[in-house]
Amino acid sequence: MSRAARLIAIGWRHHVRNLTASRFFVVTSVFLPILLSTVAFFMFRAGAREGTLLYASLGAGVMGIWSSTLFGSGGAISWARREGTLEVLVVSPAGYFWVLLPQTIATASIGLYSLVATLVWGRLLFGVPFAIAHPLAFVVSIPVTVLGLGMLGLLMASTFVLYRHANALSNMLEFPVLFVSGLLVPLSALPVWVRPVGWLLAPTWGMRAVRAAALGGNPWPPMGVTVGLAGAYLTLGALFLRLFLRLARERATLALT
Amino acid sequence: MTAPVIEVEGLRRTYRVSTGAVRRRTLEVEAVRGISFSVGEGELFGLLGPNGAGKTTTIKMLITLLVPTSGTARVLGFDVVRQSREVRKRIGYVFGGDRGLYDRLSGLDNLRYFAELYGVPPREQKRRIFELLDLVGLNGREGERVEGYSRGMRQRLHVARGLLHDPPVVFLDEPTIGVDPVGARELRATMAALVSAGKTVLLTTHYMFEADALCNRIAVIAKGQIVAEGSPSALKAMVTDGVVVELEAYDPPPGGADALRRVPGVARVTVEERDQAQLFVVQAAAGFEGTPELIAALGDARLTRVATREPTLEDAYVALVEGASG
Ligand SMILES: Nc1ncnc2c1ncn2[C@@H]1O[C@H](COP(=O)(O)OP(=O)(O)OP(=O)(O)O)[C@@H](O)[C@H]1O
Ligand SMILES: [Mg+2]
Repeated sequence: MSRAARLIAIGWRHHVRNLTASRFFVVTSVFLPILLSTVAFFMFRAGAREGTLLYASLGAGVMGIWSSTLFGSGGAISWARREGTLEVLVVSPAGYFWVLLPQTIATASIGLYSLVATLVWGRLLFGVPFAIAHPLAFVVSIPVTVLGLGMLGLLMASTFVLYRHANALSNMLEFPVLFVSGLLVPLSALPVWVRPVGWLLAPTWGMRAVRAAALGGNPWPPMGVTVGLAGAYLTLGALFLRLFLRLARERATLALT
Repeated sequence: MTAPVIEVEGLRRTYRVSTGAVRRRTLEVEAVRGISFSVGEGELFGLLGPNGAGKTTTIKMLITLLVPTSGTARVLGFDVVRQSREVRKRIGYVFGGDRGLYDRLSGLDNLRYFAELYGVPPREQKRRIFELLDLVGLNGREGERVEGYSRGMRQRLHVARGLLHDPPVVFLDEPTIGVDPVGARELRATMAALVSAGKTVLLTTHYMFEADALCNRIAVIAKGQIVAEGSPSALKAMVTDGVVVELEAYDPPPGGADALRRVPGVARVTVEERDQAQLFVVQAAAGFEGTPELIAALGDARLTRVATREPTLEDAYVALVEGASG
């Protein structure tokens, strides 16, 4: 295995284990899907105009991935700062990018559980049908969405190196992104000027791909866009991280004091 | 002569701190004010100084965590600002205290992850990790979660972490803090072994006997400046080439220290508060015979102990640091 692949695989395993060892995180991950599938069901009943019950349920599932990603990537740096590991990680020969990348993928992929659980709870509690139009595309669209969301998380996290209170900001971003990317309501229901913002966000395209794969339509183009955006986020995130780490060394914001 | 392993020239670092919630003002704290020193291969160099002197700040600049405000520093010839990647590969460092570990994971998991980040070749990781667990005396406890470790155990885990990639240069910032006496002694043996193995070590500590026992050379730093530098014996000689008389007294007269200073042959007097009593530490010239005069100078005080001894590094340190603040 190449060094990069090992760093990602081992980092992923390390961060999944570290997160799942946190009782708070586990409890939230267990209850959130129940909450989300309930919300999705009632929102659907209250009169979403498009699609089926499964449409709403999938939206709730991707929302779960997004919350886990935001929670994880927003927290990654402030936890590390609080634990005192940030300084240790930053000066490790591998470099902090190789810590943060697997960490954001790890939190996004823990969110995968949330998607599955939301669908399962939807089925058990509300009898949401689970009929998938293109099973293969559906199976591919999910990791692609996880990747897209994870890389958006990386991009956001890269700015948190510099600002000690930035993860409050990340919590504030949770709902705007949910709206703008059409997870809660269809994009067509939003004001026209908001839509272009949604086009820049991977959750929008990931969501489209997942829905197209499940409910019918061509899932491949939105999947392509999701992968492209993930690449762009990754590149930008890596650049920002370099810049901000350099600034953090000047401003002494890596330690807690 | 080979090139020095650590070279520091005119290093400065200021911090900006803002105070006040409403009317914010920015203050500049001058933590390190232009220090220079160099450490040769295989040396154990000590950086001593009171709290807030700038020791940790200096180390953080050397390990590439902080960018100096001005001045330069090189480690193994690599500039700590422009060639930070090269520096990072070749250094290990350990901070005192119990933070900086993944508490919810086991000691072994911690070391495994850092071994990967430090680029220890996969085939060697396991052997290396168990070698270090052995070295720091954590063998058998590696499977337990770090949150259940005592402070000393965490500190040992830090030491193991810092040495995983077998770095040629090691920075140790108060590595024995919080470790019990037996454990601290073992850690000191470990440090001595590092130097025997040819590594270069920069150590900070508040324990003078530790510095005296381990360091080839010491720089005393106070208020961000180096006030003295040399071998432990040179530092002792710099302050006094004589003897030290300690007088422990109950109810000494006011101005007792001044009275002691007037005794001929006395170079310096420092006072330490002990529970009820005061301890006067008198540094005097070699061949000093004025102990009776010292006792007389304290008048009616009840003396519980009078002893003459050789000067220690601590005497030299206290004199240097007080000299710097006076
Ligand atoms: N991040 C920071 N922001 C602002 N001031 C700081 C920061 N870190 C350190 N200082 C200040 O810089 C000065 C030097 O601190 P430093 O930690 O280097 O001292 P030290 O010699 O390591 O002390 P100690 O023996 O207590 O560890 C102190 O006045 C301290 O308050
Ligand atoms: Mg310090």
